[in-house]
Amino acid sequence: MITRKTAWLIVVMMLMAVVGWAQPNPVAEEAPGVTPPAPPTAVTATDSPDDAGRSITVRWQLSPDDGGGRSTVIQYKIFRGETAEGPFVERGVALSLAKIYVDRGTEATNDPNFFPNKTDFYYKVAAVSAAGAEGMSAAAGPTQATEQWYNIGRTPTFVAVLTFTALTLYFISRARKKADLYIRPLAGIEAVDEAIGRATEMGRPILYVMGLGTAADIATIASFTILGRVAKKVAEYQTSLIVPCYDPIVMTVAQETVKTAYYDAGRPDAFKEDSVYFVTQSQFAYVAAVNGTMLRELPATNLYLGKFYAESLLLAETGALAGSIQISGTDEVAQIPFFVVACDYTLIGEELYAASAYLGREPLLMGSLKAQDYAKALIIVCALAGITASIFGWTWIVELFRVTN
Amino acid sequence: MRKEIPLFIVLVCGIFMALQFFVPHSWSQFLYRYALDWLIVIGIFALALGIWSFIKVSYDKIQRRSENWPYAIIALAGLFGMIFFGLWFMGGLESYMYRHFFSFIMIPIQATMFALLAFFIASAAYRAFRARSILATVLLLGALVVMLRFNPFLGPLGEPMAKLADWILNVPNLAAKRAIIMGIGLGMVATALKVILGIERGYMGRD
Repeated sequence: MITRKTAWLIVVMMLMAVVGWAQPNPVAEEAPGVTPPAPPTAVTATDSPDDAGRSITVRWQLSPDDGGGRSTVIQYKIFRGETAEGPFVERGVALSLAKIYVDRGTEATNDPNFFPNKTDFYYKVAAVSAAGAEGMSAAAGPTQATEQWYNIGRTPTFVAVLTFTALTLYFISRARKKADLYIRPLAGIEAVDEAIGRATEMGRPILYVMGLGTAADIATIASFTILGRVAKKVAEYQTSLIVPCYDPIVMTVAQETVKTAYYDAGRPDAFKEDSVYFVTQSQFAYVAAVNGTMLRELPATNLYLGKFYAESLLLAETGALAGSIQISGTDEVAQIPFFVVACDYTLIGEELYAASAYLGREPLLMGSLKAQDYAKALIIVCALAGITASIFGWTWIVELFRVTN
Repeated sequence: MRKEIPLFIVLVCGIFMALQFFVPHSWSQFLYRYALDWLIVIGIFALALGIWSFIKVSYDKIQRRSENWPYAIIALAGLFGMIFFGLWFMGGLESYMYRHFFSFIMIPIQATMFALLAFFIASAAYRAFRARSILATVLLLGALVVMLRFNPFLGPLGEPMAKLADWILNVPNLAAKRAIIMGIGLGMVATALKVILGIERGYMGRD
């Protein structure tokens, strides 16, 4: 039984359909399939720069029917052949108004997308209409994909690395000559001694959390060094240390680091291998385990130094609830605010890397900190130069710093 | 020699990995992948050490009847149970038990832990936004603007609030963020150089 409302709805829908059919259809007007679009012009194929020799870049000028003329082009098809006469095989498509396509492949000979290098290739580009009619260009080529030994697009990075390396080596050599290098104090680092002392007085352990980083992360490597310094002081003060680890390689290295520190402090017998242990490689299971340790052992001091993600606040807030002094440091920018809020002291970004030099006060390590300061001054000068160049429209200065690929 | 040989390996590998970034040649790519494969192999061996450490620590807890020792039994039961169901019991990884333990115990527990974050954010925000100093007051005002930006009931204030919030996020906030990132970049290179040159060798253990 059709109600009056349903009947009206059907009538309205039929009216809308009729109005829709009455609208002009641009594709239909151009009669696709009968006349293929004009082919793209000036097709060129060149070896893609700065790569391992498995790609060729194809460029062309738009078909007159792409964005103008009869506007029938919806995409371009790119074909590749080993001779100018063919046969040509389709390699990919680019949308209308595109003027470039990078034909990439792999070096694995058993891969269907294997791309042989040092082989002559010819390319054709076809402008394709909605109905599938193709306007094929003339063949361009021959071109070979070749591999390069140097990535020119990364020259600004290379120059920056060389400059910074030279600065670091210079200041390290100055430090070797016993030059007096002043480094501004960091509250977070100076609090480490105080925190270890507090733990000793209270007779409670120190919890050292290295985060979720692997041994390949620079933040974790910096954390190993700080762990060594902390463990040495812990051994001297005869307090206990707990290091729950997320990564088994990190655990192995951390065990060795703590052991070394106890030897250096003259207390090898006080070292307990089980104080540095593996928990799990599941992020929130790790958090649960560490939080449980915090609430059971009630450590006097919690140190969070390394790579942290979403677990940062879960750990730091639990530590705050447990009443521990908390010192944190990470190079994960998104997690720094959480640590700042929940911890007593936070090493922000690069301060994590500087911490080992501060704790050790070794001249060689201090030299690298001085180099960092000068590099920052250099960056400020470059930024000011870039701003000035942009204001006056000297784009070539800005281009000098552009890194491609 | 116990120190010199590892330091030499670190020096060679470090310089190679740094240069590799600038060399797109297939040989360079091959050696890079080869080094990463080694990392995986070492990781697998280290995992065995990690599991052994976990078993040993849990077993000691049970043996010494440490505080909350029954939890160590649950942890060990979870480890061995999942190994048993995953490897041998009725279809391994596709078995009913393994999939149900994973889907109906593991995932909900992880989600619960993650959900706790919302409560911790609230308690942390309460501490951070107490206007005890001028800087804390500025922080409070900035946070208020950014939070109110997503409030649909602001009426005519909605648009100016959205613009102010965008400005806070895209100008002072982004500037500070970039400064930190630049410092981190320099710190990373400096630490890598110290490791490559053998100045920082705390990770190597005892002679």
